[in-house]
Amino acid sequence: MSSDQSSGYLPRDRAWQPPALAPDYKSSRLRSPRQPLLILPTTLSEESGPVFGHDVIGPHDDDLIHNCAADGRSALGPRILVHGHLRDQSGRAVPNALIEVWQANAAGRYRHPNETYIAPLDPNFGGCGRCLTDGDGYYRFLSIQPAPYPWPNGPNSWRPAHIHFSLFGEAFAQRLITQMYFEGDPLIPLCPIVNAIPREDAIDTLIARLDMDAALPMDMLAWRFDLTLRGRAQTYFENRPEGL
Amino acid sequence: MTDDDTRHESPSQTAGPYVHIGCLPNWSGIAGVYAEDPGSRLINADTRGERVSVAGRIFDGDGAPVLDAVIEVWQADAAGLYPSPVETRGAADPNFAGWGRIATAFDSGEFRLDTIRPGRVPYPDGRPQAPHINCWIVARGINVGLQTRVYFADEADANAEDPVLSSIKPRARLDTLLAQPDGEGGFRFDIYLQGERETVFFDI
Repeated sequence: MSSDQSSGYLPRDRAWQPPALAPDYKSSRLRSPRQPLLILPTTLSEESGPVFGHDVIGPHDDDLIHNCAADGRSALGPRILVHGHLRDQSGRAVPNALIEVWQANAAGRYRHPNETYIAPLDPNFGGCGRCLTDGDGYYRFLSIQPAPYPWPNGPNSWRPAHIHFSLFGEAFAQRLITQMYFEGDPLIPLCPIVNAIPREDAIDTLIARLDMDAALPMDMLAWRFDLTLRGRAQTYFENRPEGL
Repeated sequence: MTDDDTRHESPSQTAGPYVHIGCLPNWSGIAGVYAEDPGSRLINADTRGERVSVAGRIFDGDGAPVLDAVIEVWQADAAGLYPSPVETRGAADPNFAGWGRIATAFDSGEFRLDTIRPGRVPYPDGRPQAPHINCWIVARGINVGLQTRVYFADEADANAEDPVLSSIKPRARLDTLLAQPDGEGGFRFDIYLQGERETVFFDI
């Protein structure tokens, strides 16, 4: 092997990722494949992927406080800035990557046809946004703090406050959807979706940290959330992260 | 961190029942934020290649259609080239997006993809793969997005020598990846998450 491309992408670590079947998360029972996954090396089909340019991103796409609000209005709730660094498994920054986010409003209610929770909608909050990472792999967006909400899993199940993240890298093999939680939320250890992840240290990587250095005084608090996408397999002679 | 400085991938979490808000906001009734939903058009009038559609449903372990899934597709153009910087064999059709995103309908679970028949793409060892559409499926209850491929049942010769299809054991399961002709340019591809007809999913 003489190049990163020909060595493909590292396989997913299935002991680190949640299993398909996590019985305490009831929806996984009927939606989890029972046959073993067919393990194959990545091909060009997985090592390539779509590219999203700045032309697809609107000027307010990264501002959920305003991107669905009437003129002069803003969404209700604690204003927050969420930011972080996107890298791959070898530590390489992932630049120009599309990050899409969606979330409930400050009352724990989603703007969605199938949503039935009694908490009110906010007429000035849609709950969707997106941004691209910059040339060094950093991203940021503005939003409001989502609230926890009940869901029909057990008799008294509540989701911790969270923001959904959808991530594109350079390759379709890196495609990932996950959720960001907030440091200190007592509902995190009670959640069967969180607990589908087998390892405590893996769960910890999905918990954003309060970042007072990035907070905007008299305006909004900041949360830091770093993410890691699958990386390329490297041969013995190439195991030095690029850029060093 | 492991011994060789390889970091862990971020753990996946389910896309949940409201995935449409972030991925297909206009489709789910949130108008005015994005001009159009990402991935809503793979082709236009000038795209080269044979028009095909792939329609189907996703079934759970009880045989009920999944009404809240999102499927993403990624495929080569008619010449077998990906519209990606990683593609080094030539320039892909500028009128072909390659990537698309569709939802299963809230009432019927039906999805429909309008695209072109992809060309053949080499396997790492140079052998040609049969025409295929890469699929990634997310939904409530799916903890890690499921990878599968749509192959075309009318490509018997190419399918017979495809390195990925050839690795499927038992061979009977190979049929779960074959979209069946269903009228003019139309193909049917139903996906089974569990059960006797469980679709082959990849760790690739």
